[in-house]
Amino acid sequence: MSVIVILLIASISVAALFLGAFIWNIKSGQYDDEYGSSIRILFDDTSKETKIK
Amino acid sequence: MEAQIAERVQCYHCGEDCNTSPIQLDDKLFCCEGCKMVYSLLNKSGLCEYYDLNQNPGINQKITVRQGKFAFLQDEKIMQQLISFKDETQSHVTLYLPQIHCSSCLWLLDNLPKLNDNVISSKVNFVRKEVEIIFNHAKFSLEEVAVLLTSIGYEPYISLNDLGKKKPRVSRKMIFQLGVAGFCFANVMLMSFPEYLGLEKSEEYLQYFFRYINLALALPVFFYSAQPFYVSAWGSLKQKFLNIDAPIVLAIFVTFFRSLYEILTSTGSGYFDSMTGIVFFMLIGRVLQDRTYQRLSFDRDYTSYFPIAVSVLKDGKEIPTALPDVKAGDTLLIHNEELVPADGIITRGHGYIDYSFVTGESIPVTKEMGEIIYAGGKQKGANIELLVIKEVAQSYLTKLWNNGDSQKKEQQQKKSFVHALSRYFTIILFSIALVTAIYWAFVDPAKIWSAVTAILIVACPCALLLSNTFTNGNVLRILSRNGFYLRNAETIEEIAKVDSVVFDKTGTLTNAHKHDIEYIGEEISKETEQQIAALASQSNHPLSRSLAEFLGKNTATRVVDFTEETGLGTSGLVNGTLLAIGSGEFITGHRNAHEEGTRVYVSVNKHFVGYFTFRNHYRQIESCIDQLKNKVALSVISGDNSSEKSSLGKIFGSNSKLLFNQKPDDKLAYIQSLQNNGRTVMMLGDGLNDAAALMQSNVGVAITDDSNNFTPASDAILEAGKLNKLAGFIRICKLNKRIVIASFILSIIYNIIGLSFAVQGNLSPLIAAILMPSSSLSIILLTFGASNLLSKYEL
Repeated sequence: MSVIVILLIASISVAALFLGAFIWNIKSGQYDDEYGSSIRILFDDTSKETKIK
Repeated sequence: MEAQIAERVQCYHCGEDCNTSPIQLDDKLFCCEGCKMVYSLLNKSGLCEYYDLNQNPGINQKITVRQGKFAFLQDEKIMQQLISFKDETQSHVTLYLPQIHCSSCLWLLDNLPKLNDNVISSKVNFVRKEVEIIFNHAKFSLEEVAVLLTSIGYEPYISLNDLGKKKPRVSRKMIFQLGVAGFCFANVMLMSFPEYLGLEKSEEYLQYFFRYINLALALPVFFYSAQPFYVSAWGSLKQKFLNIDAPIVLAIFVTFFRSLYEILTSTGSGYFDSMTGIVFFMLIGRVLQDRTYQRLSFDRDYTSYFPIAVSVLKDGKEIPTALPDVKAGDTLLIHNEELVPADGIITRGHGYIDYSFVTGESIPVTKEMGEIIYAGGKQKGANIELLVIKEVAQSYLTKLWNNGDSQKKEQQQKKSFVHALSRYFTIILFSIALVTAIYWAFVDPAKIWSAVTAILIVACPCALLLSNTFTNGNVLRILSRNGFYLRNAETIEEIAKVDSVVFDKTGTLTNAHKHDIEYIGEEISKETEQQIAALASQSNHPLSRSLAEFLGKNTATRVVDFTEETGLGTSGLVNGTLLAIGSGEFITGHRNAHEEGTRVYVSVNKHFVGYFTFRNHYRQIESCIDQLKNKVALSVISGDNSSEKSSLGKIFGSNSKLLFNQKPDDKLAYIQSLQNNGRTVMMLGDGLNDAAALMQSNVGVAITDDSNNFTPASDAILEAGKLNKLAGFIRICKLNKRIVIASFILSIIYNIIGLSFAVQGNLSPLIAAILMPSSSLSIILLTFGASNLLSKYEL
């Protein structure tokens, strides 16, 4: 029966991982500018090429 | 002679109609030198994708920013206030760029490092219209950053408000608390399932394992997530006032410690599932209710309008000086488009002051040498020199502001009806608990504690709090979707109580940027009208612009010999006809002191033919006023003369009060007199001159044509186009209270069921676990459903 114990600990750890990801999300300001991020993803990423030359 | 008709040419940079002579570069056409310069600058740095993302994304550059405008950024003291972080190599600064409007702006500003190597990184916050720039301060100064941004059309707006106190960051603490509570709640529920369903004797060790995990998961909720309730309850107790959070905190404590006791003594499984659940749901309600609008600010004072620094003339030299350091007796140099920051006397130049910030009237007024100008106006035209007679903090407008401010604070102790309701609730609850305790003391003393604690657990007024916060949150959301933004949830209750509505006229009932124009005088031909339009569209004066718009913009006809005298009028040769438009003095040669309203005089070949009158254009308010008329007392207070009394009287009816020639002080006094008669006043205004009245009123509503514009401090911001829905908004706020009470009654039914178990001393965790979430969920559904339904019906 101790397999249940191990499974529970595993499931809580996975859930805790998601909680951590959520907190990190908020902290890094991903939700601060919802409009900006939605537009930025559509830009062609040319910045690196031009910087090198 | 036939008019030359060219096809409409749009500026490649800003999209404005090009005048008769567009400037050409690389087969692209530009309306002015400024736009062309921005284009060539971007072209050189390979940033022309800017133009591919949106058509004509640029900002018109006709009004050039003068050189040295940002000289004040060299000042060490000002620089320190603006720079948020600095180390050996780099500085961080966040600047407000009101021009940001499209994805092209975002792209260009994010790519600032490509334009200049000394900019290390830049990141736009689109919602707040801010850009955070990290630059190498060894090679680049803050002033150069501002100049760089200005050169591509994004002139940073740096106001006096940036000086001094740092803006507090948006608090994310409650979101973290909510996340933790949600995590713990879900897992506690999962762990409690075996307990609900029953375990076999052989698996008893599992039971302990589950219970201790639950205990571990309940700790963060009890110590961290529930903090906002502790803080609020403690705050109210210190003021000797029992708010709704006090009984909730009591319930949380009782639940926690009884559960802790049960688990440690192995007598039961505790109620951690219920406890984490209510904390989670209540936090959701709080977060919904406390939502803020990032792009709006309800606390603007005059410092947001005023510049951070101004040019002081000393021994013939211009010295940029921080505004608080300006003393009475200094001479200020006010450039074109600059705000007059202090009351003063014009000592040189022609004042031509746009007071639209203050009064909402966009047509500038002329001030001559020796006249006093009050702070808050914007100079349009050539430079003027100004002798300061009162310091910034002492000027007429700012004093008025501080006046209103101190009065508002006294009012702020308003108490929501929810707290009163919860107090009755608590009293009844304690009586039930007491009766139960006495009963069990005679029957079976061992059961006293379990029965009493069960009562406190099951009957916590969280349902009341939930129904309140969720309804408020949803109503705020519904109102904001309709262009009515409230400062906070308490404002809903205040609006529900309103029995008098006071309107400002200019800029509130009327649209300051739109005029009803009428021509009076000798008849003129269609052709002459077109010629007048051509002449008017050459001028930047607001009246000329309205006139050109009214007559049908005509940019194709060529105007020769165009001359403009700021504040007086313009003249030019149009198709061989000498036309002049302007003030009465400019055209007829003598000043008519008694003229009513605003007029633009016209002469053809030096012969006076007639004039155009400009009347304020009323917003669509008739239906809204009609609905309000019978329910609340209406008044209009206007700073203007009474020339429009009759037309306003028709709309407002005979029972409304119409006051004219009101100074800002009078407006404030009028609101106070209404309040002294026991009335709850809503004031709608737009300019700084209404600021004191807005603050004094119970609900101050700032009207704005564009929610990105600055509005004076207020309890609510209303988009001008939605003014006709005002009656509906007020009704929704009134219904808000009914929904709260209805869902509270529902929660009482749940409470009676729960209590019937609790008083008998056999509240099992399973019953608690079913009752708690189901009552919470049904209340949430009820409040959301009811408020959404009502808003559909009302709006």
